[in-house]
Amino acid sequence: MYVAVKGGERAIDNAHLLQAKLRRGDTRIPELSVDQVREQMPLAVARVMSEGSLYDPQLAALAIKQAAGDLMEAIFLLRAYRTTLPRFTASTPLDTTQMQLSRRISATFKDLPGGQLLGPTFDYSHRLLDFALLAEGEHPGPQVNPDAELSDCPRVLEFLAEENLMAREVDDGVAVPDITREPLDFPASRAQRLQALARGDEGFLLALGYSTQRGYGRNHPFAGEIRIGELEIWLEPEELGFAVPLGDIEVTECEMVNQFVGGKGIDAQFTRGYGLAFGYAERKAMGMALVDRSLRAAEYAEELEGPAQQEEFVLMHCDNVEAAGFVSHLKLPHYVDFQSELELIRKLRKQEREQPAAEEQRA
Amino acid sequence: MNRNLLHSDPQIATRQRWMGVLARAGTGLMTYEAALKEAEYSLIRAPEIGMTLVRGRMGGTGSPFNLGEMSVTRCVVRLIDGSTGYSYVAGRDKQHAELAALADAHLQGPEQQHWLSLMIEPLAADQQRQQAAKAAETATTQVEFFTLVRGED
Repeated sequence: MYVAVKGGERAIDNAHLLQAKLRRGDTRIPELSVDQVREQMPLAVARVMSEGSLYDPQLAALAIKQAAGDLMEAIFLLRAYRTTLPRFTASTPLDTTQMQLSRRISATFKDLPGGQLLGPTFDYSHRLLDFALLAEGEHPGPQVNPDAELSDCPRVLEFLAEENLMAREVDDGVAVPDITREPLDFPASRAQRLQALARGDEGFLLALGYSTQRGYGRNHPFAGEIRIGELEIWLEPEELGFAVPLGDIEVTECEMVNQFVGGKGIDAQFTRGYGLAFGYAERKAMGMALVDRSLRAAEYAEELEGPAQQEEFVLMHCDNVEAAGFVSHLKLPHYVDFQSELELIRKLRKQEREQPAAEEQRA
Repeated sequence: MNRNLLHSDPQIATRQRWMGVLARAGTGLMTYEAALKEAEYSLIRAPEIGMTLVRGRMGGTGSPFNLGEMSVTRCVVRLIDGSTGYSYVAGRDKQHAELAALADAHLQGPEQQHWLSLMIEPLAADQQRQQAAKAAETATTQVEFFTLVRGED
């Protein structure tokens, strides 16, 4: 059957022009600048950088503007741009104890070296709309003692490791797999899983993490430590032969303390879940840490009883660019596929109608 | 500055320090543009935008894994006296990368002291001030627990 596939060009061009007009909105209102998005929507920028898998606040802000605030569309734009750039080399692995902290909390120890630093947060707020923001205003922040300094903040889970209540994480020296270069295979390594989760959808990881808390693969977590702050990134270019600092990026790290394992000659001990994300992205890092732990079920010979423990299910569905793409493709013309289904269902109907009649005749 | 990554050779360590200051300086380098471009130079590698794959460690201390990429601009210049300067700076600012590479070249030359005191020291002091101001701001949110005395003793 011949199907018309041309003729949509003008309509498509105009649809894009209309979309741009929709994005701009009422022209009596000043246009949003990329700098405004970057500076005044830092949490949206953080999400787009994390899931877009490219740390560049200006480009993430541009993507948010272009996508008219649709963060998944913005993530898609950033992912697409990312493929146009050459990769120089990998960074020196981050040492998060070197972070210039803007927030650091622990839900497992009240008094700890360095203390609990709340930093900027929505926690403890009443979630009442602040009508004062309908007007423009200055927000100078708290009264600061300019001489105040932060004390050293050692890693909280290290206290447990020192007491042998938790295994210490050590570098096994294995080459780092890259799921953007070699496709995932199952069972995946923890490094592959963490890379997939780091790019994964915040909502999906949050829901899966929540499901483990509600009993679908319990792992009884505590937020051992959450850190947010700026970290200096280093890389070692071949031509120089020594590591070079490039500047700072903001990251969020979450270390969960989870239910213990033991028996069969192994002392009872806590287990770990780890989350790391670009920018101020606490919910993302927590969701990631919960799912990292639940995906370690096989390592601890735990029974797989929840979706969050199903490695292939989680890793194949956590990427929102892939998910949105496959769901979106349903909007593409399926005229031929549908015609064949339509014919089939008509044929079935016809058979159903004719068969009883034929049986009646025979009787 | 992550001191653990500083080279054991003090000369290289000093260079790592100034490269870090230059990478953080951003548009702050514009102040020195005229001075940096006074000597003739050629671009060995014109400013080029690319990415570095940022790696974290499992549990903060374990095996590395890929977190995501970040944009980086790099540049190599050679001064007329033959000294070569390199830059790798976060972001996509080609001018920043070129000025940082120029500064790196000058800093390796005979006038190192001049460039250190003219440019690196004030930039580093400024960056330290900004970090201290940020830390002081964060310090206002430090929780100070107090315990209520209950019962007789």
